[in-house]
Amino acid sequence: MDLYEYQGRDLFERHGLPVLAGGVATTPEEARAIAERLGGRVVVKAQVKVGGRGKAGGVKLAEGPDEAVARATDILGMDIKGHTVHKVMITVTADVAEEYYFSYLLDRANRTFLCIASVAGGMDIEQVAAETPDKVVKAPIDAVKGVDEAKAREIVTAAGFPAEVADQVVEIAVGLWQAFVAEDATLVEVNPLAKNGDGRMLLLDAKISLDENAGFRHPDHEALVDQAAVDPLEQAAKAKDLNYVKLDGEVGIIGNGAGLVMSTLDVVAYAGERHGNVKPANFLDIGGGASAAVMANGLEIVLSDPAVKSVFVNVFGGITACDEVANGIIQALALLEQRGEQVTKPLVVRLDGNNAEAGRAILDSANNPLVQRVDTMDGAAERAAELAAAGV
Amino acid sequence: MAIWLTKDSKVIVQGMTGSEGSKHTRRMLAAGTNVVGGVNPRKAGQTVDFDGTELPVFASVADAMAETGADVTVIFVPPQFTKAAVVEAIDAAIPLAVVITEGVPVHDTASFWAYNVAQGEQTRIIGPNCPGIASPGASNAGIIPADITGSGRIGLVSKSGTLTYQMMYELRDIGFSTCVGIGGDPIIGTTHIDALAAFEADPETDAIVMIGEIGGDAEERAAEFIKANVTKPVVGYIAGFTAPPGKTMGHAGAIISGSAGTAEAKQAALEAVGVKVGKTPTETAKLMREIMSGN
Repeated sequence: MDLYEYQGRDLFERHGLPVLAGGVATTPEEARAIAERLGGRVVVKAQVKVGGRGKAGGVKLAEGPDEAVARATDILGMDIKGHTVHKVMITVTADVAEEYYFSYLLDRANRTFLCIASVAGGMDIEQVAAETPDKVVKAPIDAVKGVDEAKAREIVTAAGFPAEVADQVVEIAVGLWQAFVAEDATLVEVNPLAKNGDGRMLLLDAKISLDENAGFRHPDHEALVDQAAVDPLEQAAKAKDLNYVKLDGEVGIIGNGAGLVMSTLDVVAYAGERHGNVKPANFLDIGGGASAAVMANGLEIVLSDPAVKSVFVNVFGGITACDEVANGIIQALALLEQRGEQVTKPLVVRLDGNNAEAGRAILDSANNPLVQRVDTMDGAAERAAELAAAGV
Repeated sequence: MAIWLTKDSKVIVQGMTGSEGSKHTRRMLAAGTNVVGGVNPRKAGQTVDFDGTELPVFASVADAMAETGADVTVIFVPPQFTKAAVVEAIDAAIPLAVVITEGVPVHDTASFWAYNVAQGEQTRIIGPNCPGIASPGASNAGIIPADITGSGRIGLVSKSGTLTYQMMYELRDIGFSTCVGIGGDPIIGTTHIDALAAFEADPETDAIVMIGEIGGDAEERAAEFIKANVTKPVVGYIAGFTAPPGKTMGHAGAIISGSAGTAEAKQAALEAVGVKVGKTPTETAKLMREIMSGN
């Protein structure tokens, strides 16, 4: 889960890291209240999870509460690279003398964590790394040993931070690591890490990603999810414990296992190239034990997407027996009817693996006019795409 | 021979008394796996009956190894307790630990992996979030269905569970030496490269199917490894060409892997070193079939 900047600022503050005083507003009046509390000149910053806010006009100075209201009015509702601004962060201003870069992140390739530090901050670190690689230090961090003062000093020295800020950066590096671990983050990026005119270091931006697998030890992380930004179908699916991602196509997809479902999306997209360019409408993994209730919930979500013209149910029975899946599909259709859902979209079903013959026989004898059975994954994808193209 | 798991492997189950653990212990026994016991400190000294097979419960992995000579552990404990279970297995220096559990925090995995490295990597860890490893006809450690395919001379390594099953099914008439599901988490104990190296060295494996998916650059690094070290034919499949970008990759993460992480980049890297990459699982199986029949 990626956090907004203001959530990152709050998180840093909670962990005792030096940030600018500030708050978040969803209306111009809230912006006024925060500006009044902060006093003096403030910065109004659009809260979107995309870079380039400044260039898009999403970051403005305001000389006091009245101007803060005016700037917040301008910025709220603005579209930045396809992201609508619903919140602005208001902070006091910084008198920036120098800008540096500091981050911790997951390093999959080396199965550990990595610290990236640079004295060239405030710009795109990828660009800095490409143009002046000697200005970027990448230090692997041992996940057991972590970052203590000695390790932090090693990084700070290697990155060439000036002597007058070194002690402060060491302290921030240790504190940031502690926050990174305590919050189960996979990324904390501070760009810029700034030196103020008075010589004090400040974390002026926050890009943070948290590990959703660690949610069980962070009940507070749930509140960081921006429900308004979540697709309503994805929200409904999550409430039913379904792993669903909304896409922009016409063929609804239900399958078991993340890899198989991802593969199903691809196969449907290829078939779509031959049938009106239809595409997969969603990713939905119903997991191992696909009971009738789970299948019904899945079908309900997929069919409530108005763009869906056909549904492809692609199941390889590993642990799950295909006869149970077949019964699940038939019962799911009956269940939806009981719930008052009028199912009119055709379902193409492919069953293979454990008890596939029995499963196929169940579908055949149920003789539901909406259900079409195809024996192979590629063939079923072709049929589902064809039906979606015909229904568009 | 197969790789890592043979008919001589003695398997214990951490979490054997839990619902998933007991269900799959029963299935592993039915598949002919030599399961010799389980671990649960609160139930040590008891036995559990699996359709007539009485399995002892030990207080620790070390106890179980001392009593039974176990050399493989399969871990089914919930995510909250997975790190402690793996660390216990590492401390006992068991040669193979298969971590089935899904949803392990990546800080926990990074931590037990670093610990394993510090202990001299005496334990091969497969997973987490994986279906396990099966050497058809010999032994099965994990949740891979045992009846999809028989033994043969293809090696399979995959990030995905159901795609593993699909591929085993597609090529069931030829059969497999060993099928390894390495798991889809960002940090895993056994990589594509580890499996490729083992299959290359295995006299009972003639050709290798490698299944990858979007994210990270494990497939790209596997391609480099294949170029330098693998003489046996390799066929690849990558899932996720139509998956939406930016789902799991943070901005700063991209600085490490460059433009890697997309399915296109992985396919291109594999094809550049002569690996044939199928467009669908079925087409991938067909490519392997051609190799195995000498065409």
